[in-house]
Order: sequence, then structure tokens, then C-alpha cells
Amino acid sequence: MTILTTLIGTVAFALIAPVVGCLLAGLDRIISARMQGRVGPPLLQPYYDVRKLFEKESVSVNSVERTYVGCALLFAWVAGGVFFTGGNLLMCVFIITLSSLFFIMAAYSTRSPYAEVGAARETLQVMAYEPMVLLLAVGFYLAAGTFDVGDVLALDAPVITTIWLVFLGLLFILTIKLRKSPFDLSMSHHAHQEIVRGMTTEMSGPTLGLVEIMHWCENVLFLGWIGMFFVWGNPLSIILAVAVVLAVYFLEIWIDNNFARVKWQLMLKSAWAVALAAGGVNIAFLAFL
Amino acid sequence: MAFASKSPWVIHYDGSSCNGCDIEVLATLCPGFDGERFGVVNTGNPKHADIFLVTGSVNEQNIGVVREIYDQMVEPKVVVACGICACSGGIFHDCYNVIGGVDKAIPVDVYAPGCAVRPEALIDAIVKGVAVLDEKSKALKESKKRGE
Repeated sequence: MTILTTLIGTVAFALIAPVVGCLLAGLDRIISARMQGRVGPPLLQPYYDVRKLFEKESVSVNSVERTYVGCALLFAWVAGGVFFTGGNLLMCVFIITLSSLFFIMAAYSTRSPYAEVGAARETLQVMAYEPMVLLLAVGFYLAAGTFDVGDVLALDAPVITTIWLVFLGLLFILTIKLRKSPFDLSMSHHAHQEIVRGMTTEMSGPTLGLVEIMHWCENVLFLGWIGMFFVWGNPLSIILAVAVVLAVYFLEIWIDNNFARVKWQLMLKSAWAVALAAGGVNIAFLAFL
Repeated sequence: MAFASKSPWVIHYDGSSCNGCDIEVLATLCPGFDGERFGVVNTGNPKHADIFLVTGSVNEQNIGVVREIYDQMVEPKVVVACGICACSGGIFHDCYNVIGGVDKAIPVDVYAPGCAVRPEALIDAIVKGVAVLDEKSKALKESKKRGE
């Protein structure tokens, strides 16, 4: 995997992922509204929102906040570029974590008590899901014999057949990564008044627009991880992967609308328990049997 | 094309309302009227909001809060006075501590009278406010072009 492919992949991801992510976000809002007995906004509502945010006056509490958010977005693009060009999964995991850390720094840099509460909770969320994400990479290596995502295309059977427990573990922490209820502690998309607005409290206008775009890209990347489990040598498997991804996304929306937020203690304990039970057991079987 | 009108995010502040108008403001966002059809989202954060919905009159206690929320909102922004108390002070206009309508504290763009203001009137007011929002957005764009 040369640097050039990764670079081209990053640029392509930066162009395509926001479009896909925006449509997914629009679908999310419509489906959520229907689940609540409402009509809901138009499909392109997230796009309108972001365009409006970029039209607003550019205001910032300090000079570094937008730089941090920009870095978070940039590294989300790079992580997507590495993943979708078939690059190293472990690298992708580390880069997307770096992106999360930049976003946490952005929230801390504003020195607002509300944003700091949000940032502290986001740090806990990273702590909660990171063990499972690392076990995902290890499990993938044991199942596919390589960290390179592109090599799944040469497999005889999808990795889900050997690491389905890891898949279930990933499903659990996906709720945290997508910031869906019951794990939307740091900044919720629904309860807009929750400790004002968590991490984005001090972010307004174009900065908030960048944050939204970052979420779209992140969502596409995480759903890509889900799809990765169902791809093998057969080209038709891509269709299966897309179908599974859509089903999982629907499941996440359903969970989002049906479960009340939990406290961070329960999130941390349950996420680590799941990582140990799902990831640990699966990897132990693969490694020792 | 102005996108300000397509995603009006509102912030709601209860001045010294009797809660009648507040209930109607929230009813506007509930499934029955579903303000989100038009992109209306209720934010709790003035920095994210485009439209400021104030219920109740302005008094000596809350005038500072109303001004603070208005100042924290990012341009372009619109203020809607919801209910007769927010418009003019209503039946409380001659109370010893009441200053009057919201326009005594901050510039108001749309007045939505009623006791309590009906969700239908409120939706009309927001639609009117959205037109003002578009105008302000355009003016902001032009001033940016001129490099101000």
C-alpha cells in the first residue's frame, strides 16, 4: 500500500463520505421522527443545517478551537482513506482515535464548564470503546491473517464466520461511537438542552458545521467496519455488506429511540465487560485452539 | 440561495410568563404540529440558535438575562415575542416590577400576540421570522463581500 493510494483514497473519501453521511443522517432523522409519530424533516435537512451554519457569522471563543476541529476532521478523512483503500486496519483505528482526541482538545480549549463536562464524558466514552476497537483489530488479524483490509477480497469466507463474537462486541460499542442513546453522554443529537450541548457548547456557525461534517465521515467509516465483516472473494458480497450495514444502522436508530441514557459508570463497565466477553473469548479461541 | 430559512433553530426563554405560552411553544415542537418538518429544532444553546422565542414580559429581574442570551446569539438572528405579555406586557403591564414587552430590552422582529399564543400563530410567526432571517443573512453575505 503506497502513500499515493492512501492520499488519493483520502481525497476521494473526503468528497464522497460527507455526501453518504449526510444522506444517512437525513434518513436517521426521518426514521426517528416516524418512530415518534411525526412526519419529520426532509431528507436533505442535515445538508440545509450545515449550509446555514456556514452562512452564519464566524465567531470563536479563541483562535485554536477551529484548528483543533479542523484537525479532527482531517484525521477522520485520513482514517477513512486508509480504510477504504484497503489499508491497515490498526492504522485506521489509531488515526480515528487521534481524530477523537483532537475533538476533545477542541472542547477543552474553550474553557467553558459545559464543554469541559462534555469533553470529560467524551474521554470516558473513548476509554469505554477503545479496548473493543483494539480487540477488533486483533481479532481481524487472527481471522484474516493480516491487518490489511484489502485482503478480505481474497478470502474464501467472510471474517464474520470466525469472529462473530467480535462483531457482536463491535455492535455494542458502535452505539457509543455513533453517539446514540443510551450512550450519548458527551453530546446528544436529541436532548439539545442536555448540559446545554456538551462538547459543542461554545462552537457556533462554521465550526459547528465542520463538527457535523466530521460526524458524517465518522459514521461512514464505522459502518465501513461493520461491512468489512461480510466481504470476501465473491464480488456480490459487497451487496450483502451494504444490506447488513443498512440493517445495523436501522438497529442503531431503533436503539437510539427506545433506550434512556445510562450513567457513565454503567457505560464504562458494560463496554469493558462486553469487550472482555465478546472480544477476549473469541480471540482466546482463535489463538489457542 | 439562502439556507437560513431552511433550518431555523430556536431557543426558548421564559421571561415572566405564566407558563401558558411556554406550553404552547413546546406544543409547536411536539408530534401534533411537528415543527421539525420545517427544520425547526429546539436548542438550549444561544450560540446555536437562529430564532429567539421569548415568552412573558421583561422585568427588572430578567432584563439582563434576555440581553445576555440575545448578545450570545450569532448573526443572523431574529427575535419573536410570543404571547401578548412578550409583545406589550399584557395584563401585567402596570405591575410595579414589569418594564413591558420584550422590545424594551432587545430589538423584536415579529410579534405573535395571544393569551396564550396558539401553536398555529406561533408557526406563522416563525415563518415570518424566517423571512427576516433570510434578509439578514443576505445583508450579512453582502457585507462580507464588501470586506467589512
